[in-house]
Amino acid sequence: MTTLGLYVPGNSPLHRMPASAKLLLLVAAAIGSLFVTGPYAALAACAFVLTLYAVARIPWRVLLVQARPIAWFGVPLLAFHVIVNGWAKAVAVVGMFVALILLAALVTLTTRVVDLTDVVVRGVRPLRRVGVDPERVGLLVALGIRAVPVMVTVAAEVRDARRARGGAGGPSAYLVPVVLRALRQADRVGEALVARGAGES
Amino acid sequence: MIVFDQVSHEFRLGTTYLAALRDVSLSLSEQRIGVIGANGSGKSTFVRMINGLIKPTAGRVTVDGLDTDRDGKAVRRRVGFCFTDPDAQILMPTVAEDLAFGLRGRGLSRDEVTDKVESTLAAYDLLGYRDHPASLLSGGQKQLLALASVLIIEPSVLVLDEPATLLDLANTQRVQRLIAQLPQQVVLVTHHFGLIEDSDRVLVFDAGRVVYDGAPQAAVAHYVGLVR
Repeated sequence: MTTLGLYVPGNSPLHRMPASAKLLLLVAAAIGSLFVTGPYAALAACAFVLTLYAVARIPWRVLLVQARPIAWFGVPLLAFHVIVNGWAKAVAVVGMFVALILLAALVTLTTRVVDLTDVVVRGVRPLRRVGVDPERVGLLVALGIRAVPVMVTVAAEVRDARRARGGAGGPSAYLVPVVLRALRQADRVGEALVARGAGES
Repeated sequence: MIVFDQVSHEFRLGTTYLAALRDVSLSLSEQRIGVIGANGSGKSTFVRMINGLIKPTAGRVTVDGLDTDRDGKAVRRRVGFCFTDPDAQILMPTVAEDLAFGLRGRGLSRDEVTDKVESTLAAYDLLGYRDHPASLLSGGQKQLLALASVLIIEPSVLVLDEPATLLDLANTQRVQRLIAQLPQQVVLVTHHFGLIEDSDRVLVFDAGRVVYDGAPQAAVAHYVGLVR
């Protein structure tokens, strides 16, 4: 089981900060990152985000769970930029990238999903005029967050099953069952949504 | 009162049509109803029709006079449904959020929702797991949460589709004790005969038909006879 992107209860200043303020700061950080060009600024941003994790009292194991998936594309991205643009640019780009992802994860780790979805629902309410249902958008966000640990578990089960049967078959022997199980899971979640009266209020 | 009136359900598999349920007519007014039968015998289709998850291709299903096809929303407010796999049923990331999910759109204030969630957490021994990620609960706790998330909306009928299949003995007994205390009418599909031994009525399904309808012991004996 994974704690990727899941709320960690607490009473830190970051936990108490309104969800809307956290999301606005995240957007501001994403815009600000566009103006960071030097490696030192990027490393400072990473250090600042790690300090925020300490302020929020997020256990280091949980931090590692958030950071691990970044390696999948962070390392190839770093290698690409080192070859094409040199070390300084590579550290600047990948450093800001890592800082932003960890910051986004920190928002979900310190904010209840219900508070996040409330902000999203309020934010998209003006779009009701063009046919958007804000409650459904909020539900979509909540289901997306809930789906992360479920899909990580599905992927781990398929990986274990493949290993238990000798690990043969190439990438398709891993991807096909994961996709099929994801579709079956989506089907069951759809059935549960109907059974629990979602979208009928 | 749940009424099935000449209900059939067919589904398409490639170019052929298969019957999951064939011409079922019965009324269920008892408090505890067990449903048993082999895999693919039509049990799950039968119970899914009670809250309108599956619609009949022929005939009519009503709950307290409400048509499950036409009045689906009203029926689902009366009929709670608990699935075999709680992971499919738990829709929100944390325990409290999942309990609160079913209370949305029921005209309750935020404080009323919080009070109801807190009392449900206490009633199902989940108070210590309020903000706990649902995905990190044990299998037994997940099934308990799935049950609690259905019961928090206070349905008058509870349908349970093999709720103990993924549970160990201790958790199966826990769920059994919990079901025994419920004031609701309960329709329970199971392969665990122990869960239906106190039922008022047990239906045995075979090839989409109810082939036995009676007391638990005789129903189990009939089912065992079918398997031999």
